[in-house]
Amino acid sequence: MNRYLSAVLADRMGVVLLTVLLVSAVWVPIASLVLPASHPLHMGSYSVALWGKYLCFGLLALSLDMVWGKLGILSLGHGVFFGLGGYVMGMYLMRQVGDRGVYGDPILPDFMVFLNWDELPWYWFGFDHAWIAFPLILIVPGLLAYVFGALAFRSRVTGVYLSIITQAMTYAVMLAFFRNELGFGGNNGLTGFFDILGYDLREDVTRAALFSATALSLAGCYVLCRCLFATRLGLLCTAVRDAESRVRFLGYRTDRVKLSVFVLSAAIAGLAGALYVPQVGIINPGEFSPLNSIEIVIWVALGGRGTLWGAVVGAVVVNVAKTQFTGWLPEGWLFMLGGLFVLTTLYLPRGLAMLVPKRVSGS
Amino acid sequence: MSAANRRPVSRSGGERSLDTSHGTVLYLEGLSVSFDGFKAINDLSLYINDGELRCVIGPNGAGKTTLMDIVTGKTRPDEGEAWFGQTLDLLRLDEAAIANAGIGRKFQQPTVFTELTVAENLELAMAGNRNVLSVLRAKLSGEQRDLIASTLERIGLVALRDMNASTLSHGQKQWLEIGMLLMQQPRLLLVDEPATGMTHQEMAQTGELLCSLAGDHSVVVVEHDMDFVRSLDSPVTVLHQGSVLAEGSLDAIQSDPLVRSVYLGE
Repeated sequence: MNRYLSAVLADRMGVVLLTVLLVSAVWVPIASLVLPASHPLHMGSYSVALWGKYLCFGLLALSLDMVWGKLGILSLGHGVFFGLGGYVMGMYLMRQVGDRGVYGDPILPDFMVFLNWDELPWYWFGFDHAWIAFPLILIVPGLLAYVFGALAFRSRVTGVYLSIITQAMTYAVMLAFFRNELGFGGNNGLTGFFDILGYDLREDVTRAALFSATALSLAGCYVLCRCLFATRLGLLCTAVRDAESRVRFLGYRTDRVKLSVFVLSAAIAGLAGALYVPQVGIINPGEFSPLNSIEIVIWVALGGRGTLWGAVVGAVVVNVAKTQFTGWLPEGWLFMLGGLFVLTTLYLPRGLAMLVPKRVSGS
Repeated sequence: MSAANRRPVSRSGGERSLDTSHGTVLYLEGLSVSFDGFKAINDLSLYINDGELRCVIGPNGAGKTTLMDIVTGKTRPDEGEAWFGQTLDLLRLDEAAIANAGIGRKFQQPTVFTELTVAENLELAMAGNRNVLSVLRAKLSGEQRDLIASTLERIGLVALRDMNASTLSHGQKQWLEIGMLLMQQPRLLLVDEPATGMTHQEMAQTGELLCSLAGDHSVVVVEHDMDFVRSLDSPVTVLHQGSVLAEGSLDAIQSDPLVRSVYLGE
């Protein structure tokens, strides 16, 4: 246990991040629920959900940094795991609607009634139970990552070729989910949710609880990653990233090393997606868009890849900027993002993390 | 075949056993490999005895490195056979399996993990269970720490143990890679140009180290530097255009007219 604790403490920026997360997990519910609306520090439910969304993106960025920064796998399709986690949660939330939908069908979600379906497709069974649906949040993205990774890594697909096929994967999934026949609501996706675990999603209490759950999940996954990379497997990951073929001559099966971290990363991305959906109230195939996946890469690059905390900071900073900027000048955002990316690449090749001196970060 | 008598089947402390009952640790027979029509290896046969130290020399392009690539599974030959001991068909195994079977390799260009410290490089190379879960749970025992410490001493990098390997000089990287090879505890060591970038004194130390390894291990050294080869005082195999040109002691080789014509154009 000791070496894990010291690994977490040695990463000083990580400790700062964890402190901020834990404090906000306590403070945000207070600011939203206890403080009166007239108080200057009161947080409305809109901003609680907004910050919850930023933290979901932070968790997603963390999952990408695990494989890109730590293992050298540039996934341009990590949005697919996020989206799948989101869809699993969406299916659970859909089944909670019950007969409160527009068509009032006690079993079928509205879009199925609209398509004149008579019964629930087999793969929707069980999703009304949280104990079945919630584990699938991790299992479904993990399974896709396993199948994809087993094929790609064993065939020794690396570098830009691997990036391209991850991109193709998320694109293929997007096209599939756009189809009504697939049974996931076509291009409208899943929406019109009412409650989660019996709590009304529109209530401030539920929003605050979801925010805290997100902050704690992010903190937990961060600690998990830190501990993982503090083991000998962490050393091995660095070795694989820097000289994969050399590692094979030491007798390690590098494809299995990559596969195991890739699957874990996909599960974390799925968790991020599942926390995202109840806070924004919708999941649709747009989440699988290749553009989204590329944006994740930009967050991580801007924040500083390979540092873990940098990825989280990058995701939050870019998304806060996006919210602000799209408010002023919606068409300008992509130019702004592109400009930021170019400037970072030119002047901060290791991202915002470069601005923190090594003395301070402790890494 | 005295070497075979000395080390009958399994190596000390090892869980892997290798059948070297006929005294030969590596059989290469009729190997050929070509790249885009160029025959890098051409009907090459080579036998390495158990516990032997063997030098392989030859002009550039003679196929020395390709030979090592075949033995370690990096390159598959078009024809021929490669056996490790009596029973292990190297052509059926991948790089990791070959390494785990007990063949270690030092590369011509020293390849160490530059973002890890010297000690961490050795830790990764240390013999042990290689599957992901065991690596995840692995913790250095006191014995293993001692092994790393003694290896650091042996390769002269004690003071640099916590430095990133990227800060090492070329010669130090060579030493580190040799240290990693020792940590692997292989049965057969393939050492590609170990003396490059070393001072004369370091070269002498490397030579001593390699000689001391022979007996317990079989060692194949590919080298250009004739002084270094002479210092090893071992049988020499000359490769030329992908096949064996001559074998014997260095003196015999140097007086061989065929070898002289290849090397000196006489």
